Amino acid sequence: MYGFEALYFNVDGGYLEAIVRGYRAGLLTAADYNNLCQCESLDDVKMHLAATDYGPYLANEPSPLHTTTIVEKCTQKLVDDYNHMLTQATEPLSTFLEYISYGHMIDNVVLIVTGTLHERDVHELLEKCHPLGMFDSIATLAVAQNLRELYRLVLVDTPLAPYFSECITSEDLDDMNIEIMRNTLYKAYLEDFYRFCQKLGGATATIMCDLLAFEADRRAVDITINSIGTELTRDDRRKLYSNFGLLYPYGHEELAVCDDFDQVRGTMDKYPPYQSIFAKLSFGESQMLDKAFYEEEVKRLCQAFEQQFHYAVFFAYIRLREQETRNLMWISECVAQNQKSRIHDGIVLIF
Amino acid sequence: MDLFRSEEMVLVQLIMPAESAHDTITYLAELSLLQFRDLNPGKSPFQRTYANQVKRYAEMSRKLRFFHDQVAKAGKLAYRPIMENVTNLDELDHKLGDLESELLEINANNDKLQSSQSELMELKLVLQNGATLFHSTRHLENGQQLQSVLDDPSLEESVSRPLLLEQEMQTEPTKHGRLGFITGVVPKVKALSFERILFRATRGNMYLKQAPIDELVIDPATGEKVEKIVFVVFFSGSRARTKITKICEAFGANRYPFPEEPNRLWQMKSEVDERLSELQSTLDAGIYHRNNVLNNIGYSLEKWTLMVKKEKAVYHTLNMLSVDVTRKCLVAEAWCPVSAKPKIQDALQRAAYDSNSQVNTIFQILYTKESPPTFFETNKFTSAFQEIVDAYGVGRYQEANPGCFTIITFPFLFAVMFGDWGHGIALLLAALYLIINEKKFGSKQLGDIMNMAYGGRYVILLMAIFSIYTGFIYNEFFSVPFEIFGKSAYRCRDPSSSIASCMDASTAGLIKYSTTPYPFGVDPVWHGSRSELPFLNSMKMKMSILLGIAQMNLGIVLSYFNAKFFHSAIDIWYQFIPQLLFLNALFGYLSFLIILKWCQGSKPDLYHVMIYMFLSPTDDLGENQLFWGQRPVQIVLVLLALVAVPWMLLPKPLTLRKQHLQKARGQAYGVLEGSDTEDLDKGKEYEVEGEEFEFSEVLVHQMIHTIEFVLGAVSNTASYLRLWALSLAHAQLSAVFYDRVLLFAWEYSNPVIRLVGLFVFAACTVGVLLIMETLSAFLHALRLHWVEFQNKFYLGDGYKFHPFSFNTLSQDYEDDT
Repeated sequence: MYGFEALYFNVDGGYLEAIVRGYRAGLLTAADYNNLCQCESLDDVKMHLAATDYGPYLANEPSPLHTTTIVEKCTQKLVDDYNHMLTQATEPLSTFLEYISYGHMIDNVVLIVTGTLHERDVHELLEKCHPLGMFDSIATLAVAQNLRELYRLVLVDTPLAPYFSECITSEDLDDMNIEIMRNTLYKAYLEDFYRFCQKLGGATATIMCDLLAFEADRRAVDITINSIGTELTRDDRRKLYSNFGLLYPYGHEELAVCDDFDQVRGTMDKYPPYQSIFAKLSFGESQMLDKAFYEEEVKRLCQAFEQQFHYAVFFAYIRLREQETRNLMWISECVAQNQKSRIHDGIVLIF
Repeated sequence: MDLFRSEEMVLVQLIMPAESAHDTITYLAELSLLQFRDLNPGKSPFQRTYANQVKRYAEMSRKLRFFHDQVAKAGKLAYRPIMENVTNLDELDHKLGDLESELLEINANNDKLQSSQSELMELKLVLQNGATLFHSTRHLENGQQLQSVLDDPSLEESVSRPLLLEQEMQTEPTKHGRLGFITGVVPKVKALSFERILFRATRGNMYLKQAPIDELVIDPATGEKVEKIVFVVFFSGSRARTKITKICEAFGANRYPFPEEPNRLWQMKSEVDERLSELQSTLDAGIYHRNNVLNNIGYSLEKWTLMVKKEKAVYHTLNMLSVDVTRKCLVAEAWCPVSAKPKIQDALQRAAYDSNSQVNTIFQILYTKESPPTFFETNKFTSAFQEIVDAYGVGRYQEANPGCFTIITFPFLFAVMFGDWGHGIALLLAALYLIINEKKFGSKQLGDIMNMAYGGRYVILLMAIFSIYTGFIYNEFFSVPFEIFGKSAYRCRDPSSSIASCMDASTAGLIKYSTTPYPFGVDPVWHGSRSELPFLNSMKMKMSILLGIAQMNLGIVLSYFNAKFFHSAIDIWYQFIPQLLFLNALFGYLSFLIILKWCQGSKPDLYHVMIYMFLSPTDDLGENQLFWGQRPVQIVLVLLALVAVPWMLLPKPLTLRKQHLQKARGQAYGVLEGSDTEDLDKGKEYEVEGEEFEFSEVLVHQMIHTIEFVLGAVSNTASYLRLWALSLAHAQLSAVFYDRVLLFAWEYSNPVIRLVGLFVFAACTVGVLLIMETLSAFLHALRLHWVEFQNKFYLGDGYKFHPFSFNTLSQDYEDDT
């Protein structure tokens, strides 16, 4: 906090940093992905994963596997790792780790609320929730009719409560509302996380603020692209952007008025780190943007491991595992649906 | 059994017909003398030949694990032997599948029954507790009414405004019918947030009453035992009802009907009891049936697991072989000891015969430049000592093994530091206890530390025996002197007093009166006298140096045997001889002086001799002269030591360079000779090894070696002084405990103090002297072996021979369970 943080970092954080670096060594490598891409069936995938960290998680699954089982078990591994670290952590690392899970909490809230809106069964929805973002009264979300109720009934007890301050309205919930709520919440969450990291100071602040700024910018671009052609006004759109990041504030002004993908590209070309991402895409093409962003993110996350004595490694590890789970899901889906030619399209190599 | 050099190994190739491959591997695994090499390292597990079989056995072992869990969950069952014996694995697979589905079905049924039973249980609890809840609620209502009257009505109005219920109560206290209510059961941990959410959702228009359930309740949904509470919610209006219902669902609160009329209540209670008892009997029958099935499984579970594991291991090995698709045969490459060839061939023949194969397996020796694995045939006595060496590094193939010297030198060096025959006997008893109960301990799981002690039981035995021996030499028995071997040669200055009451023993010292010294070890009367420490220090220090020089010389001599065995004349002439000369010119000479001084009983200063031997070798020695001609001898020795350094440093790299140049020239002309096809084949393998020769690298390497040896000669000799230091520390510690604790306590006549003193003494002796000192002496002996002894000759860069065997599998099974 006052410099010298490397001097006493290991007093509290040394053990967990060692643990997380050990976990990182368990991430699948390019060679693993190469082998996985050659799999003929999901049993082959299981057989290959048996030799990795996922082995114990998949060992007891009966043979006709489903993609969902594989993904579920992989997520389970992540959750177990996370919980292990959380129980071992002391302040401020434990708060930091809790912050990481808030994003999933927001997603889960949105999932349940949208689901109830479309009259799905709550238990079915609960199974789809990400286990990292679970909280006690999550099932009660189904009772709420509008945002105000949502807040007053359930969310006031959760850590998300402060983020709600900007979106309490008495309007009935609809898809648009929910989407705006998600983005407002995310904005507040990212800003809060950003402030928290800055408060931590040292290498954590430097690296985390960089990673979060990237996250914020990516969300800004996503919001822009997704809101093109919807009823969302420019001012509303502007309000959803997080108030930090490389694009803040001038980039946001420009993004707010964009009407098509090429305008977004024009804006982003002015920012060298993003120019390279957009340079990979051909004109008018926005489908591959997600993958390009993921690749860039993974690159940045991996770099977080280059430096020692900071908390960003925990964030990076969780994110990398999630990316790995996405990769495995893609591979398993491709294998299960016999789409092996497309298998390489969706994988973001971590190492 | 040759412990000095590892077994001679050969790389053999086995070409076996595909149909008999499985049996062959099984037979070879039982023999456990072959280490197979992976011939398809590039292939991922699922691309290998027998991937399907491996998958199948993985599936089978999953089923077995499932059975294992089930059996473990069911607790101790009386296993019943079943007559039918499954030997065929296909049959077993089938059987396992049947059993699994049967078990799963039984479990599903049981779970269903269990959940309806626990639902009924909850209903029963609701019915039991509900009555009291309603009763107390009525009381409370009256009380609240009373209170609201007492309090300031306007304030009460604002505070209790949301409590519509209460208002209704006030207006129509008897009309319960307008209020709806829901009764149910909710887990205790969720109760608080449940109440909070209910309150918020209904804006306070509800009244929750709860009663804890004393015993744990089985949750119908998960089947786990949890603490729960019974609750009653009163509310008004149908919208509130739907809301509360939803919240109940979300919280996993089970709702149950509760009749208001007392006679209905009774009726329902008896109905529930009846159904519960019915269900219980069904459930019991189900569990009985399940236990029957599990009994049958449990009996042969272990056997099956082992069987499946063996099969899996066999297929894993088969996956390492390369397949010749056209010729329908498998090619294996494996390392095996030369001496085991007849056994292997015999096993191969039996396998071929038993599998009715027309062709025998072809067994041939391959020639390779690769270094074979190191294999020592050890028994339960030698294995622990070999482990000590292997922990440092597995020896290079066929190099001299320090393990066979370690068997004696290790316990001996330990004992030099641990010399006390009392402690030795205690250690001996512990070791004997472990050895006598060897079979019992060997068959069960031990803790970490216990396992270590068990593994090293023979090491401890020898350490104890040597400790007793050195203990007699030091004359230490819990630091109490004993006159066992005869009369002491010393007596007190004051002839009238005995040794024990001698006043000036610790000040003026004792005088010698007998010409014959004490026959064995240290004279007991020195204990506690003035001359004890100076004498013991001098003796132990010199003894440490003598032992150290002896062991280091042994190390250097072993390097000679290594060089001779590998036909490396360079190492003999340019490494072994200068090293021997250097060490002995300095410290060998010192040892000689020590012994000479002991024999003569003269008083020269050996430090002085050693130091001035270098500083001014030509000076007159004066009173430090020990023998005639000492000065010229010393000059020669110093010169020898000085010459030995460049001798070690330069000739070896220069010779190597010369040899390499010659070889390179020779190769340039030698290609024509290799016209034979067989030679070409071999040539390929040689080419792979094509060694690079970098002169500067070799020179630097040799320089490091030389510097290490020269400096090491001094520092290693000094390092052996730890023998002295630790044995001194040990003796002093035990003296402190004896004098300051035991004798101190004995001065009091109070038996309680004596008992406490004895207890503290025993605890200190066991804790500090027997356990901690043993560990520290063990570690120091380990270091002396690993560093001071082994760095003279031991390369330790080999790899261990891991034969494919079923024995390790059965151990794995024990580990798993």
